[in-house]
Amino acid sequence: MKMREPLFHIAKRRRMDFWKAWLIRIVAVLFALVVSGLVSYLLTKTNPIEIYQTMWKGSFKNARYIWNLAQGIAILLCVSLAVTPAFKMRFWNIGAEGQALIGGLVAATCMLKLEGAMPSWLLILVMLCGSMLAGAIWGLVPAVFKAKWGTNETLFTLMMNYIAIQIVSYFTYIWAVPAGSGKIGIINQKSQIGWLPALFGQKYLINILVVLAVTVIIFVYLKYSKHGYELSVVGESENTARYIGINVKKVIIRTMILSGALCGLAGFLLVAGTDHTIDSNTVAGRGFTAIMVSWLAKFNPFSMILTSLLIVFLQRGAGQVATDMGLNESFSDIITGIIIFFIIGCEFFINYQIKRTGRREESK
Amino acid sequence: MFAAFLQRAIMQGIPLLYGSTGEIITEKSGNLNLGIPGIMYVGGISGVIGAFFYEHFSPAMNPFLAVLIPFLCSLVGSLLMGLIYSFLTVTLRANQNVTGLALTTFGVGIGNFFGGSLTRLVQSEVPSVSLPKTSAFFKTSLPFAKNLGVIGDIFFSHGFMVYLAILIALVAAYILKRTRVGLHLRAVGESPATADADGINVSRYKYLATCIGSMIAGLGGLYYVVDYVGVWSNDGFGDRGWLAIALVIFAVWRPNSAVLGSLLFGGLYIVHNYITGFGVAAQELFKMTPYVVTILVLIITSIREKRESQPPQSLGLSYFREER
Amino acid sequence: MSAAIELRGITKVFGTIVANDDVNLTVNRGEILSILGENGSGKTTLMNMIAGIYFPDKGQIFIDGKEVCIRSPKDAFDYKIGMIHQHFKLVDVFTATENIVLGLEDGERFNLKKAAEKVRQISSRYGFEIDPDKKIYEMSVSEKQTVEIIKVLYRGADILILDEPTAVLTPQETQKLFAVLRKMRQGGKSIIIITHKLHEVLALSDRVSVLCKGKYIGTVTTKDTNESELTEMMVGKKVMLNIERSMPKDPQVRLEVHGLDCHDREGVKVLDNVNFTARSGEILGIAGIAGSGQRELLEAIAGLQHITDGEILYHDPKSDAIENLRDKTPMQIRELGVRLSFVPEDRLGMGLVGNMDITDNMMLRSYRRGKGAFLHRKAPRDLAETIIEQLEVVTPGVTTPVRNLSGGNVQKVLVGREIAAAPTVLMAAYPVRGLDINSSYMIYNLLNEQKEKGVAVIFVGEDLDVLIELCDRILVIGSGQVTGLVDGRTATKEEIGFLMTKSVHREEETANENA
Repeated sequence: MKMREPLFHIAKRRRMDFWKAWLIRIVAVLFALVVSGLVSYLLTKTNPIEIYQTMWKGSFKNARYIWNLAQGIAILLCVSLAVTPAFKMRFWNIGAEGQALIGGLVAATCMLKLEGAMPSWLLILVMLCGSMLAGAIWGLVPAVFKAKWGTNETLFTLMMNYIAIQIVSYFTYIWAVPAGSGKIGIINQKSQIGWLPALFGQKYLINILVVLAVTVIIFVYLKYSKHGYELSVVGESENTARYIGINVKKVIIRTMILSGALCGLAGFLLVAGTDHTIDSNTVAGRGFTAIMVSWLAKFNPFSMILTSLLIVFLQRGAGQVATDMGLNESFSDIITGIIIFFIIGCEFFINYQIKRTGRREESK
Repeated sequence: MFAAFLQRAIMQGIPLLYGSTGEIITEKSGNLNLGIPGIMYVGGISGVIGAFFYEHFSPAMNPFLAVLIPFLCSLVGSLLMGLIYSFLTVTLRANQNVTGLALTTFGVGIGNFFGGSLTRLVQSEVPSVSLPKTSAFFKTSLPFAKNLGVIGDIFFSHGFMVYLAILIALVAAYILKRTRVGLHLRAVGESPATADADGINVSRYKYLATCIGSMIAGLGGLYYVVDYVGVWSNDGFGDRGWLAIALVIFAVWRPNSAVLGSLLFGGLYIVHNYITGFGVAAQELFKMTPYVVTILVLIITSIREKRESQPPQSLGLSYFREER
Repeated sequence: MSAAIELRGITKVFGTIVANDDVNLTVNRGEILSILGENGSGKTTLMNMIAGIYFPDKGQIFIDGKEVCIRSPKDAFDYKIGMIHQHFKLVDVFTATENIVLGLEDGERFNLKKAAEKVRQISSRYGFEIDPDKKIYEMSVSEKQTVEIIKVLYRGADILILDEPTAVLTPQETQKLFAVLRKMRQGGKSIIIITHKLHEVLALSDRVSVLCKGKYIGTVTTKDTNESELTEMMVGKKVMLNIERSMPKDPQVRLEVHGLDCHDREGVKVLDNVNFTARSGEILGIAGIAGSGQRELLEAIAGLQHITDGEILYHDPKSDAIENLRDKTPMQIRELGVRLSFVPEDRLGMGLVGNMDITDNMMLRSYRRGKGAFLHRKAPRDLAETIIEQLEVVTPGVTTPVRNLSGGNVQKVLVGREIAAAPTVLMAAYPVRGLDINSSYMIYNLLNEQKEKGVAVIFVGEDLDVLIELCDRILVIGSGQVTGLVDGRTATKEEIGFLMTKSVHREEETANENA
């Protein structure tokens, strides 16, 4: 009788030291950087060191670059924070793109239609509330169907994105300036009504401060609030949630309202604090990138600062490489993809271990 | 005019049909591949690259090779994408949603990057790469189509890839429903533990379904570029990849229904051009209808709780055989 | 003629637990062999080794006199061995035929019609009633079982192993199954049936092999034995727990259950007119074959199970008020001020959250306490530390996820938490399952302490020795009905064992009368 067992088998790890897990992740990032360097080299025939220098320049060239970097991180982080409570509840909200966009649309609408009807600070407040409400509704709809009939939330929220995108496209045609151009253009450029004001001369500072505050709030909410506790219990085991008397449906709906509202906030920041206009590409895929940011950070809001930094840094860096070396902008997407593949792949080595099958004695 | 509309609707629907047939096969194995939009970009650009070099470096083009080269390049490109996804989700058991979305970012990036590079290479006035000769070969239709009048225009005036798409969808439907391989594949997607206990190699089925599905989806990208428009322009493919995923739900995971569904979706996508009295803006709302319809289907199937129209039961979950 | 299958000296160890210890067994062609033993006696583990799911640590397996090596279910099929597990492995959206041919590579053209025809042939040969085109999700439990059996026969199995096949069947269905099995025996098949129901053993099998706590006790011919001899072999020597069982002090009614009926999701009646009372300062044991409705009973009381009929009355010790707990959610029950603690059977799936640390698990019951939107972790952390210290929980600290603790320590955390809630009624379902002896004793002592504090304890157990040693009264359940209530001080194992299978007898008789 021949042994026919495979030489290796895979087992779930019971636990892994914190530092070991991070070591694996860092090694993965290093690997990813080597591979992306290699890819860059093949495409540009430039010395990889030079490429990395250029990438660094893309984020830290001067103060303005650093502010732009921080702004980029802030917006991505905001969306990532928004999707996190839902993910912790194992509710796959991949509709952040749409939730943020619809929030941005409401903000833009208010700017356009309520200009002159009220002072700017009041308008900003109205925009903020409107955006968050719109995002919340966009998140609420799939949540209600999930809670009541178990409708697949991944596919539902995904579809909701494109509904939002088309609605926004519709309005960009309706309100196009000049008519027929298909672009709304900067809203209230002269009066700057509904624009978030510059703070200490920095136009993005308010965005950054708001998102920092949201980071702390979400961290506290998830870790120290009763709601946060309930949603993690629901995410871990619905049976346990029932056992201790949590109303699972209520928690799903409540959490998605929060998630959607925060996406709406991100949309508000994009329109009122950044672009001062809207089109169907305002959110620019951040709704999807945020999912990766949140996942890579293991749902920890403070780690998300790092993971969004990583992603924004790569995107800006690759953008810089593209301009300096005559490649096109999409180069950054390739690099981002490679890095994410490595990081999500390395989780396997944290969660599982490969054991050599011990040879048992052969029975005779 | 209606004939023209129908003809265009078919052509709009074909990329979606390729994408959704590929995604159905993939999802039947329990893998929710949200990388399909990226894969379709890669399928498109790989074909374009192949065609580009053949067109530019071969003085006399052999019609057979002119079709075969882009076709094979496209298959290889999307196969590699499928392998990345399978390796990460099946072997390394990474989260399917995150992997899929990263794959889409990656794939769209690849498409636009190489598309942009080619554009720069030809130094054309418009930011696009046109492949007139290759596209002409792909568009070659049946010789008798012109003699059949309206019917010929609607149904027989297309290049071979239109018929191939329908053929693949029907064959896929047949395999899924009537063959042993199909039965095993569905079992893997429904209950991998049961399939495993019955001696079915779960990983192998997941790999094969995902890779074959990717290759089919990639052809959708190829068709769009070399046949439908005949020009590569960056982001030109748009959100058709997501529409293909919507079509999967609309067709309740049946490739044969996807054939008709693709016609409907294709029609909805362009119907605004044929209805007078609406502005440009309204066309954007028309483009929304496929998604709304899909959500309705999703809601109705979940409320009706009919077991046959639910997503495969283990969709989105990695399989790991627990050992004691 | 050599035996169809023979086991020699089979031993299997899981961690520190010896599941099978030097077991010998033979089965002949055209014979039904029963494997008899209590829960946890190692019957299923032994059969899983024949079916290729586990591989024995020691020992040999012979088929038709030749030594074989079975490493996978596929190997087992090649030796014409088929096992019908307790938990069916079927694809719900497939038809019976599709499930039956799943995974089969017979080299023939795939033809479901032909396969369905073959299924019909097998059905008529052995007297099954099955529609080959029916979907699994439309089927009753017994139909699903039929599909599993046909699946095994379709693959040409000559040796069939059935793991507690009657546990999920009604008495009528059981009779039908037995008729089928007898026909198979006539057809020359060897059948191994795992069970702990004595009367079934006597009614069906040719010979009986008995296992007790992983050890092979012996094999007897059915016609030469009787219930009491088998019981003696099955339950083994009496184990002394040395628990000081005090007389209940001032017992008062805490919980009254009247005419309770419950149905499971498939609409099968799992509790049928259950009546009992639980009193303070007393341990009420609940004995019964696994799956006789114990879980549903406790979950119904805890507000987790929909009740079709009947009522559950709680007597408040302070106010003497009586509350009906029927149709109340766990939240509402708590809001009434009912202090009900429940140690569920599924510890990490229901009682605790595996990925959370000990402190956070302590909070599961109490996190709503305190004002404001925020959690108060101080009290739970203190509680966690107290429990770790008092119950000797082996853990690196309060921040360790409970998933990383061993089984016994997980249970200590759970029981500790439930006791810390100072309950008036404490329910525990199989609290020592899978635990080593020391941990088990600690749990018994904890339950006993609670009783002495005046708590009404309800203890669902599987080890009859323990029930008799620990409980004041023992309620016996069979097939969802109460079949007896005995005094823990005077009852014998044989008496309880008899009561455990009684209701099935009664219904069989009525079924026969009706026929």
